[in-house]
Formats: sequence, C-alpha cells, structure tokens
Amino acid sequence: MAPHTVAIDDLVVQTQNLHRSFDGRTILDGLNLRIARGEFVALLGRSGSGKSTFLKALAELDHEVTGSGRLDVPENRSVVFQDARLLPWLRVLENVTLGLTGADDAGRRMLREVGLTGRERSWPVELSGGEQQRVALARSLVREPELLLADEPFGALDALTRIRMHALLKELCARHRPAVLLVTHDVDEAISLADRVLVLEQGTFVEDLSIDLPAPRQPDNPRFGQLRRHLLTKLGVATH
Amino acid sequence: MTLIATDDFKPTTAAAPAAPLVRARRGGRVRLGPGPAIPFGMQLGSLLLVASWVIGSGLGLIDPRIFSAPWTVADAFRQLIADGRLQEHFGVSAWRAVSGLVIGVAIGTVLAVIAGLSRLGEALIDGPIQIKRAVPTLALIPLLMLWFGIGEQMKIITIVLAVIVPIYIHTHNALRGIDNRYVELSETLNLPRWTFIRQVVLPGALPGFLLGLRFAVTLCWVSLVVVEQVNATSGLGYMINLARTYGQTEIIIAGIVVYAVLGLVSDAAVRFVERRALTWRRTLSQ
Repeated sequence: MAPHTVAIDDLVVQTQNLHRSFDGRTILDGLNLRIARGEFVALLGRSGSGKSTFLKALAELDHEVTGSGRLDVPENRSVVFQDARLLPWLRVLENVTLGLTGADDAGRRMLREVGLTGRERSWPVELSGGEQQRVALARSLVREPELLLADEPFGALDALTRIRMHALLKELCARHRPAVLLVTHDVDEAISLADRVLVLEQGTFVEDLSIDLPAPRQPDNPRFGQLRRHLLTKLGVATH
Repeated sequence: MTLIATDDFKPTTAAAPAAPLVRARRGGRVRLGPGPAIPFGMQLGSLLLVASWVIGSGLGLIDPRIFSAPWTVADAFRQLIADGRLQEHFGVSAWRAVSGLVIGVAIGTVLAVIAGLSRLGEALIDGPIQIKRAVPTLALIPLLMLWFGIGEQMKIITIVLAVIVPIYIHTHNALRGIDNRYVELSETLNLPRWTFIRQVVLPGALPGFLLGLRFAVTLCWVSLVVVEQVNATSGLGYMINLARTYGQTEIIIAGIVVYAVLGLVSDAAVRFVERRALTWRRTLSQ
C-alpha cells in the first residue's frame, strides 16, 4: 500500500480505526483514511464489501448501526445517491435549492453548469434518468460542499449517458474543488475519474493506489490497462 | 436425427395464406390501462337515471304520491326559493357543514402529523382514533345531546367527530408511506424540522390527505342530515322532516336533490383541488 502523507490542516476527512457492525456482524473493520482538500478518491469494492456502509458512516446516516472509532468529516458535505432522489412534488429549481434561502440565482447558475438551462420549472418526472441525476449533482454542488459523497451515482444510467456524466462530473469537480469520495464497482470509472483509488474488501482497505495517468485518460492507454488489471485482481476477478 | 434437405420445402403458413393461425386483435396489443376518457363519460350513468325518472313520470309509470314528477319538484323549488325558505335553510345547513368540516379537517391533520412524526404521538393518538373509528358517530349523538344540549354546538361537534376519522386515517397512512429515502436525503441536506415538514412531509402526504378529504366531505353531509333530522328547528333536514309530516313528497325530493347537488359539487371541488395540487403525478387516470 502506498503511504499517503498530507499536511494535517489540509485534511477534509480523517477516520481512525473506524468500526461498524450490524447484527453482530463486522462490516467495517478498523478503517483509517485521510482525504485531502480537493482530492478525488474512488472507493472500489464488491457488493457486500462494506463500501456503502462506509459512505453512510461518512454521511452520518447510519443511525441503526453500532460502531466505534474516530470520524472527522466537515459539516458542509453533500451526498449524491444512486437514484437521483428528487422530490417529485418540487420543480427542478426548487429541488436544487431545497433547504436554502435566497439561493435561486445560484441554483439557476448551477443548473446552467449541468446543462439544464430552461428546465427550472419542469417536474422531475418529466426528465430522463440522466437529467435527473444532473439535477441531483446541481443540488449537491450548489451548497459548495467541502466533501462530496457519491454512492454509485451513475449505476442506474445507460452506458452512453454514463460517459457523458463522467466528463461532466470531472469538469464540475475541477471547477468547484470539493474533496470527493466516489463509491463505485466500475473499475474503469474509478481509473478515469479519481486521483486515488481505494479497494475495500471484507471491511478493510486492501489497496490505496494513486492514479498517475495523464489528462485524457483513455482506456486504450497501456498504463490504463495495467491499472485496470491490477485493481481487478485486487477485487478478486481473474484477468488474463 | 437426420435432416434431409428438400428443394420443395416451404413454411407451412405460406401454404395457407388466407387463414392466419392467430387472429390479430384490432389495434394489436392488449391495452391494460383504462384507455382514453369518454367525453362526459362520468355523467352518462346519472343522466340515464334522471331520464328514466322523467320518462317514467311522463308515462304515468311512477305514482306521484310515492315519487313526485320532476316538474312538480321544479315547482316546489320555485316556490321554496320565492318565499325564501330554501335559501334560509340552505344557509343554516351550509354553515353547520362548513364549520364542522373546517374544524374537523384541521384537527384530523394536526393529529395525523403528530402521530406520523413521533412514536410517542402515535402511541397516544392512534389508539383513541381507532376506537372512535369503530364507534359510529351517530351512536354518540344521544351522549353529545346530554353534554352539549340540542343547539348548534352539538351539531357541529357531531360533524367534527365524523370528519376527523377519515382525514386522520388517510393522512397518517400517507405520512407513514413517505419513502425513507426522502428522509435520508433531508438529513443529508440538513433540513430544519419545519422545512422538512413543509417541503417533504406535507406534500408527500397530500395525496392521502386529499383522499381523506373526499371521504370527509361525504361524511360531513351524511352527519348533517342526521343531526338535522334528530333535533332541529332550521336547516335542510328540518325542512325535509316538516314536509314528511305534511306528506309533501315534492319538498322531500327537492331537499334530497339539494343534498345530492351539494355532495356532488363538493366532491368535484375536492377533485379539482386534487388535480391542481398533484400536477406532478403521472397516473393511470391521465
């Protein structure tokens, strides 16, 4: 595992010996993680590896789970879920600015950034899956979060839409510079988006890898293939 | 198994082109939704009913002593309006119904929200409401008369008690049915409790509330009829009761027609509100 050294005052997330268990079954087994300001971290793991539990812990949404350990996360964080989770009875702009006051202009600007100008007054049900997820992104980013937690945000989208969303997310993160923890099971997605990839296996990190690929990260780059094979092996998938 | 290639092989269906194996339905695939709306389709059954009344009376098939002819009822209406009796009784009845409905809806909604958002609230409120639901409101009238006398207070309280139940039941049910994912989302957005109630809980429970409101409106008229016939000196029920004493079938029917129109109009009003308030939904009925 590559060690990560970051100046303490530049840390956005810090967990120490984080344990979580559910019904007596250990899900997270002493996780240590530091995420620096503006860092894009992807968390890979098979289903049941505990990656969603970890994200819920960071979002402090795990009311019914017992656990211990130190957890420092910024107050100003937002979550993008696998489903867009828009309130169907609020129009698009109202969904973006939900819970904020006087944020209409910021909401409109954010909708322009995700390419949804002119859809402010639409109902969520009138949007396609990809558009709904873009609204969810706008809702998260309009809060200018220090930490963006994304739980397989593109898992429910079709392949073409997913590629477009990758580009959009990359562009938005470059502009707004939140620290990002992207939970995914898609190795290509992790490599093409993240500065750093973690692999979670049975509640512990088994890999912490900096992605040293130059800017247009194309899957036909030989280094891309190498990283891909390496991560797939770590995930227990045999590759040839 | 051996396959023998023959030059004269043809698919069997090609041999009998005139007789398709499966008869195609007109329009192709089976449609599972109710289909497009028939213009004025909702009024069709009611119009048939009224038409049979008109025709039956005109042909002398309906004895006017049992059921007055439509024109006799129309005459009765004209007279009741001319001497101001209908307006007066209608005003009194409407006042009772509306105040009972408004108070009942407010109480029912507040109770549902409290029971829906707090376990303690549910533990304290739900039981009594279920007991109240099991007891017909009309069975409470003797008790209410002993407690509140026979005046307006007793009448409005009876209506309130009847209205609370459907509003509570349906709103509470809808509140409990709000997707937990929205609650999770609200937590991640750090919504203050009041914003959560206003933006998530109440709109989420609105479909249930409106369904409850439709039942409540109907129940409110039903209770009104009963309290006005038990003991009253004014109101539509009193007017009808008086007509019974004098054997004036046409006034009884006129009163019933007013009740029917009131019931239909208020139900239509609630459905109108429903359509306006729930434009975000796409359902089978659209």
